[in-house]
Amino acid sequence: MAEKEKLIEVKNLKVSFGTGKNEFVAVQDVNFDIYKGETFSLVGESGSGKTTIGRTILRINPASDGEIYFKGQKINGKISKELDKEVIRKCQMIFQDPMASLNERAKVDYIVSEGLINHHLYKNEAEREEKVQRALREVGLLPEFASRFPHEFSGGQRQRIGIARALVMEPEFIVADEPISALDVSIRAQVLNLLNHLKINRDLTYLFISHDLSVVRFISDRIAVIHKGRIVELAESEELFLHPLHPYTKALLSAVPQPDPEMEKQKKLFVYNPSIHDYSVDKPVWEEILEGHFIYGNQKELDQYRQELKKA
Amino acid sequence: MAKEECILSAKDVEIQFSLRGRRLTAIRKCSLDLYEGETLAIVGESGSGKSVFTKAFVGMLDSNGSITNGSIMYDGVDISKYKTEKEWLRIRGKKIAMVMQDPMTSLNPLKKIGVQIQESIELHQGLKGEEAKAEAIEMLKKVGIPDPEHRFNQYPHEFSGGMRQRVVIAIAVACKPQILICDEPTTALDVTIQAQILDLIRNLQRELKMTIIYITHDLGVVANVADRVAVMYAGQIVEYGLVNEIFYDAWHPYTWALLSSLPQLGVKGEELPSIEGTPPNLFNVIKGDAFAPRNKQALAIDFAKEPPFFSISETHKAKTWYLDPRSPKIEQPETIRRMRERLRKRG
Repeated sequence: MAEKEKLIEVKNLKVSFGTGKNEFVAVQDVNFDIYKGETFSLVGESGSGKTTIGRTILRINPASDGEIYFKGQKINGKISKELDKEVIRKCQMIFQDPMASLNERAKVDYIVSEGLINHHLYKNEAEREEKVQRALREVGLLPEFASRFPHEFSGGQRQRIGIARALVMEPEFIVADEPISALDVSIRAQVLNLLNHLKINRDLTYLFISHDLSVVRFISDRIAVIHKGRIVELAESEELFLHPLHPYTKALLSAVPQPDPEMEKQKKLFVYNPSIHDYSVDKPVWEEILEGHFIYGNQKELDQYRQELKKA
Repeated sequence: MAKEECILSAKDVEIQFSLRGRRLTAIRKCSLDLYEGETLAIVGESGSGKSVFTKAFVGMLDSNGSITNGSIMYDGVDISKYKTEKEWLRIRGKKIAMVMQDPMTSLNPLKKIGVQIQESIELHQGLKGEEAKAEAIEMLKKVGIPDPEHRFNQYPHEFSGGMRQRVVIAIAVACKPQILICDEPTTALDVTIQAQILDLIRNLQRELKMTIIYITHDLGVVANVADRVAVMYAGQIVEYGLVNEIFYDAWHPYTWALLSSLPQLGVKGEELPSIEGTPPNLFNVIKGDAFAPRNKQALAIDFAKEPPFFSISETHKAKTWYLDPRSPKIEQPETIRRMRERLRKRG
């Protein structure tokens, strides 16, 4: 793991909205690295701040505190114009709702090439067209579709257009914000396959944001569980499913219904009660309890977690 | 199961909508029996007609749609022949109630939630004023809303999504309906809240002895709640059976495709089997098995002739030629076999 190249580093990130009395801290004390070529997932409920983290990395929301590095360069706060441009080009986003994220009045051709136009990434008209068509082909759409409007497409096809729009910029890093939760069951598999396929062919790195742990298990290399703006547990995905330690992770795992009736019948629902943590004296820390398995807790809890691991 | 009483029986129901002068057949000769006290889940992708079908049970089809064929027997009456709103009001809300997907849109934002529950009680139970209010507070307590006396006077925007869905459920069950139709009741909610709402519905079902129809596309939810499952595709039920029969021994290729495409059942690093193509256009007359064009293993007869239902067990039937003794031997896909294997290992 150590020799892997870190593409994104997030250090002590804090994001807050409003100032003074109205300050609302959406994300705090967030630390993680994303290695090149992996799929890193952020899982949590709505309002937990998972999307905020994704948007902060892409410089859409400003960070209030802490640092974000992209390939070793600091990219939050004041940065040079050239670096800003580079970040915008190399880091792209795929959105949740393919119905809302495409401009209804623009043709696919324009939607996909908007980034190219803004960054003057083509020499002449022919090259732009060529790039758009290549992106469309890559996501499994026909090049003719470029002259159509978004309403002519189904949900799955629209999501592909959204992916093509990100791909055309030749990014290295993509934030996928719940890219399949608005899609029909039968189309989800297609989009997941496409994302996996592109990851290998285009050498991409993903930050995958989702509320559904079971989907995340299938596609991610590592998973971070976030609760109320704090990452409470981070581990490789199989490790997290085998040895969930934090009570919130357990609650989340037990809440997701599995498509297996006998398993569902025997399932016990864990309800997470944040008041079990007594952090008044013993302050919590972000600790690597096993290699690659991080957890948030105070010394007493960490001892307890170690006991649990030994038993397992 | 067979011994239990059938309380609602839909037979060969056909529902058509007229759209811009053309006729769309949303439900094509669909039959369904509902047994007392059971939880039936109807699954299918969007556009398969699962919502339309159940809306017909409460007379809530859009004005351009109508039941053009078949019958729906409830309480000894064919309710598919009902024409007027007055007739429907005898059943809707009182005997058969519905919980919609989105709690944001199914509540009136201008009215206090207490008043909205009270309304339903006054309309259907004939209670008035204070009595109805007391009953409404009782209902709020029943669906797990803390401090109901205070919450009674609050507006929907003061509630979270999960709490709002509890209110919607309170309105639906306020009149102790015999049948409760839940149309994607948890799709708009967070997973942890979803688990709580599913639990709540289960408890209410036991307490009020209701029969429940779940409409959902989430097979995880189905596995959690259902006694029986009906799989719908292109306006028809293509397979139905007990929940275990559907999950561990499905036979219709569409059910296979649905189960195999679930990332929860996939193997990491392998391609997920996905369903190519799109559902058929329901404006056209469909020939043969509607799923055949998307089925890679379709037989020649699938394109020519519509398959009948074949029995796999007394409770489990599937509408596919694969089960015809004359058809070539076709194996169940790996996902299904793997599920059964896992079940056996657990013992």
